[in-house]
Amino acid sequence: MKYPKNGRFGEFGGKYIPETLVPAIEELEENYLKFKNDKNFKKELDYYLKVYAGRPTPLYYAKNLSEKLGGGKIYLKREDLLHGGAHKINNTLGQALLAKKMNKKRIIAETGAGQHGVATAMACAALGMKAEVYMGYKDTIRQKLNVFRMNLLGSKVHPVKSGSKTLKDAINEAIRDWITNVENTYYLLGSAVGPHPYPVMVRDFQSVIGNEIKSQMKKLNKTPDSIIACVGGGSNAIGTFYPLVDSNAEIIGVEAAGHGLKSKKHSATLSAGSKGVLHGMMTYLLQDKEGQITETHSISAGLDYPGVGPEHSYLKDTKRVKYHSATDTEVIDAFLMLTRTEGIIPALESAHAIAEAIKVAKKSKKSESIVVTLSGRGDKDVEEVQNYLSKNVKN
Amino acid sequence: MSKIKEKFKELQERNEKALISYIMAGFPNEKSTISVVRGLVKGGVDIIELGFPFSDPLADGPVIQNASTISLEKGTKIDKFFSLVKKIRKETDTPLILMTYTNILYHKGYSKFIAEAKKAGIDGFILPDMSIEESEDYLKAAKNNADTIFLISPNTSKTRIAKIAKASSGFLYLVAVYGTTGVKTGIKNYTLDAIKNVKNQTKGKIPVSVGFGVSTPEDVKKYIKAGADGVIVGSAYLKLIEKTSQSKLESKIALFTKSLKCQTVHKK
Ligand SMILES: Cc1ncc(COP(=O)(O)O)c(C=O)c1O
Repeated sequence: MKYPKNGRFGEFGGKYIPETLVPAIEELEENYLKFKNDKNFKKELDYYLKVYAGRPTPLYYAKNLSEKLGGGKIYLKREDLLHGGAHKINNTLGQALLAKKMNKKRIIAETGAGQHGVATAMACAALGMKAEVYMGYKDTIRQKLNVFRMNLLGSKVHPVKSGSKTLKDAINEAIRDWITNVENTYYLLGSAVGPHPYPVMVRDFQSVIGNEIKSQMKKLNKTPDSIIACVGGGSNAIGTFYPLVDSNAEIIGVEAAGHGLKSKKHSATLSAGSKGVLHGMMTYLLQDKEGQITETHSISAGLDYPGVGPEHSYLKDTKRVKYHSATDTEVIDAFLMLTRTEGIIPALESAHAIAEAIKVAKKSKKSESIVVTLSGRGDKDVEEVQNYLSKNVKN
Repeated sequence: MSKIKEKFKELQERNEKALISYIMAGFPNEKSTISVVRGLVKGGVDIIELGFPFSDPLADGPVIQNASTISLEKGTKIDKFFSLVKKIRKETDTPLILMTYTNILYHKGYSKFIAEAKKAGIDGFILPDMSIEESEDYLKAAKNNADTIFLISPNTSKTRIAKIAKASSGFLYLVAVYGTTGVKTGIKNYTLDAIKNVKNQTKGKIPVSVGFGVSTPEDVKKYIKAGADGVIVGSAYLKLIEKTSQSKLESKIALFTKSLKCQTVHKK
C-alpha cells in the first residue's frame, strides 16, 4: 500500500493517541510529506547514507553455507556492515534529518536491544543534536555495553522500571515524555510501529534495503525465489519486503518463538496473537483473554515486543507474506552455523532469519535464490550466546 | 436524558459546579474501593470515575500506573469489575464513568462491552487513547447506551474542538497540562486561557470539566473561577488511599471530598 489512506493498512494502523499528541503527529505528517520528495532533503540523506553509514551494503552469496545445506543459493543482505552494526541507522538518519528540518531541539527515542538507541545517538551526534533514550531496565542489564555506547555518544539513557521493564514499557515512557514535552520534542521511533505516520515513514526510510536487493539481484541476472527477514516491530522486514511485494517471490517474516509457541514464552505476535490496540496502532498483539498485554520472551532483546507493525498485520491477513517463527534453540544453531561456515557473526535477531533460511534452503532446488536480510551484527550478543551455551551444555 | 446530563442540569439549577472524583477499581483491593465510594458520596461527590486497569497506561503518570499494576496483581477482571459496579449501584445513584484504554473495550467488542457495562450501571466512558478519527465503531456502540467523554488539550485546534464537542456527550474533558495524569506543575495561564476559549466556543452546549494534576481545594477554586463547569481529581485521591488504613478510609475520603466540593459551590 503506497501511502495508507487515513493511516490504515486495511483495518490495521490508524492513530489511537492522546489528544495532546495530535498537533505533533499532524505536524510530523505534514513535514514528512513535504520533505520525502524534496530534492535537497533526499540528496542530504543519500549523502549521509552513503559516506557516513556505508551504503549500499553488499549482497553476499553465502557459498559455504549454501553448499553445506545442499539446496538453493543463499544471499545475505549485509545490513550488519552498516555504521553502528544494524539497519537501524537507515531510519535514524532519515528521522534525525527530518527533525532538524523541523527545528526540533530535543530528540527522544526508545530502544530494546539498544541498537536503535545507539543508531539514534550516532545520527544525532553527526547532525549536532542531543538525544535522550528510554530503555527497559531489564534490557539495560542484558545489553549494558550498548548503554555505555549511547553515553559515549553523548546521549542520556533513562532506565524504565515500569511494567515488564522491556521495549514496550520503554515505548510507553517515551510517549509519556512526548506528551509532557510535546512543544519542543521530536520522538524518533525505532520500528515500523506506532501511530500513523510512523509505520509508513519508517518503512520508507528502510525501503533502501529492498530497493538495493532488487537492483543487486538484477545485476546478477537473477530474481529472488524467497525473501526472508526477522520481525520484531518489523522495520528491517518491511524495508526488505515492501519494494519486492509485487514480485513473484515467496516472502517470509520470521518471529521469535522463544521457548516455543505453546510455551507463552515467546514474542511471535503474528503467529500467535490477536487484534488489538497498543502504542497508537491497531495491529496483532500478544494479549490475554481480557485484553491485557502479556509479557514476551526472546533470546534477542530486539524481538522482545508484544506488538508488530500494522503493515505486517495487513500482509499476513492478505496472505501476501508468510509469518513463521524460530525458537531460541534454532536461533543459536543458526547463529553458530553462519559464524562457522561464513565467518559472519549475526545479531541474534538476524539469526532468526538465518534459521528460516536454513529450513527453506534444505527444501529448495539448487537453482533457487534465497535472499536473507542480515539486519545486524552479533558483537553485542556474544555474551548472551556464551551464557546460553554454558547453560545448555552442547558443542 | 443520561444520568450525567441530569447531574449537570441539577447542579446548574443549584448554581454549583461538578466535583468528579477518579479512583482505581480494586486499588488496593475491592473492599477498600467500596469504602472509598461511601466516603466520596458522604463528602458530596457529583460524579465518580472508576478506573479499570490496563497493562500499558501510556497517558498516566506514576501514581495511576502504580495503582493499575496493584489492581491487576490483585486480580481485577472485567466480570469482577462489573459486579463491583453493581454493588456500588445498590448504594448510590451517583453517575459512574468508566475510564480505561481502548484495547479493553475493543478486545471484548465495543458493543458487547458497553452493553454489559450499562447493565451493571456505568453511565459513560473515558478512553484517553481513543482519538476522534478512530471512534466511529465506538460511537455507534455507545449511542443511546452511554455517554462518550472525549478529551481535549490546551493545544487542540478550534476545528478539532468543534469536531470533538460534537462527538462528546456528558461533558468535555479538558486536559489541564501537557503531561500525564498526576503531574503537579502549578496552575498555568495557558490552562486558564484554554478554559475560556473552549467555553466560548462551545457556548454552554456541553459542560467542560478540567482534569490532570488537579489536587487541592485551591486548584479547584482557580479552575472554577476561570469558568470550568467541573473539575476532575484523581491522583490526589489515590495518594490519600495509599497512606490511609482501611478503618479510616471512608471518613478520610469524605473529609477530603468535602474540602474539594465546597469550592464548587457558588458563594457570591
Ligand atoms: C539487528 C536487529 N535486527 C532486528 C531488530 C528488530 O527490529 P525490526 O523488526 O524493527 O527490524 C533489531 C531491534 O533492535 C535489531 O537490533
